[in-house]
Amino acid sequence: MGVISNGTTLLDAGAIDSGVPTGAMTLIKTLTASGSSTLSFVHGASSVVLDGTYKQYLFKFINIHPASASKFEFNFTIDSGNNYNVTKTSTTFGVFHTEADNSASLAYKTAHDLAQGTGNQILSVHGDVGTANDMSFCGTLRLFDPANTTFVKHFMATSNFVDNGPTSMNPFVAGYGNTTSAINGVRFAMGSGAIASGQIKLYGIK
Amino acid sequence: MGLISNGTTIFDAGALDSGLAKGAMTFIKKLTASGSATLSFVNGASGVVLDGTYKEYLFTFNNIHPATDGKRLTFNVSIDTGSNYNVAKTTTFFQASVGENGSDGTLAIQAGNDLAQGTGFHQLISNVGGDNDQCGSGILTLFDPSSTTFVKHFISTCSSSNSSDYLQNDHTAGYANTTSAVDAVQFKMDSGNIDAGVICLYGIA
Repeated sequence: MGVISNGTTLLDAGAIDSGVPTGAMTLIKTLTASGSSTLSFVHGASSVVLDGTYKQYLFKFINIHPASASKFEFNFTIDSGNNYNVTKTSTTFGVFHTEADNSASLAYKTAHDLAQGTGNQILSVHGDVGTANDMSFCGTLRLFDPANTTFVKHFMATSNFVDNGPTSMNPFVAGYGNTTSAINGVRFAMGSGAIASGQIKLYGIK
Repeated sequence: MGLISNGTTIFDAGALDSGLAKGAMTFIKKLTASGSATLSFVNGASGVVLDGTYKEYLFTFNNIHPATDGKRLTFNVSIDTGSNYNVAKTTTFFQASVGENGSDGTLAIQAGNDLAQGTGFHQLISNVGGDNDQCGSGILTLFDPSSTTFVKHFISTCSSSNSSDYLQNDHTAGYANTTSAVDAVQFKMDSGNIDAGVICLYGIA
């Protein structure tokens, strides 16, 4: 059964009509960590969409809490998760300020950028995510047009986290997966140890 | 009454079915300043939702214009439904700025504008000009305010024109250092009123 109002189809065949505004930002998938070594979003697996359906994808990090103090990182795959080793060039800088008010700095972090590196990209620039019960990492990673087979794959991330200082850390990471193959998966992990708790949400942006 | 189309439940029990694709960003509330001392978003008041309904909340600032030249837009959070806005915060603040004449392009941390466990209001936009066409605009993201386990992270980026005719691009972030649920957010200039402007609140599913 469909619903037609004043000559306009609102829904039919089990779906809201494409002409009805439903918002440009769609929640695709939520993964919840529980002592997880990795959290992976692979197109076509577990209802994940990560292809040409959207030109932009957002990952949101909600209170990522590590099992042990470590960097929070990600990598891309072009073979549906068999390998996470896409070549990347990136920039990393950040600003931090201690709770004790004895240190604050804005600086580029050479050690955390990549120059055609295939390893994981660090998101928690300048520090390790802290392990006290109330410490966590929150932020956003934006991935542009992963299904494109002409261009490199740009990404940008902004986050805030607490390290064991305790220090407020505000890192900025951007770069590109230097591949013209379609990226069809993204994997998140701590540099060492598990993600004790937290959520990662994937959204598509029309 | 429910509605089933082609075997798919569209809505039932007063709500759209969770399986239907719908927008993840929900508009919650708009407050418009008009010589306002404060603009406050309090969970449960005036249609405001600021609780565990969403894991992320987004505030947008549109054309914030101070009543007094050179004043700063600031904010604080409450854990007692707006009775007090005095939660301890540790924050960072840096700014890119340049004169309208192209001079003095600068990127620098502004240690005087950050907080180290301070309970006062935290600056989001510095030194907004009072000329008729001057204002500040931007966004503030607040993560998981209802958590009773973690501190409450926030990230803000704003652009403004200042009283010396400089463009300012302010970046501030930090956390409210509390494991109590944050249930209200208040905005105000560091002195004087918010003459005009709009602040909107959105929830991100």
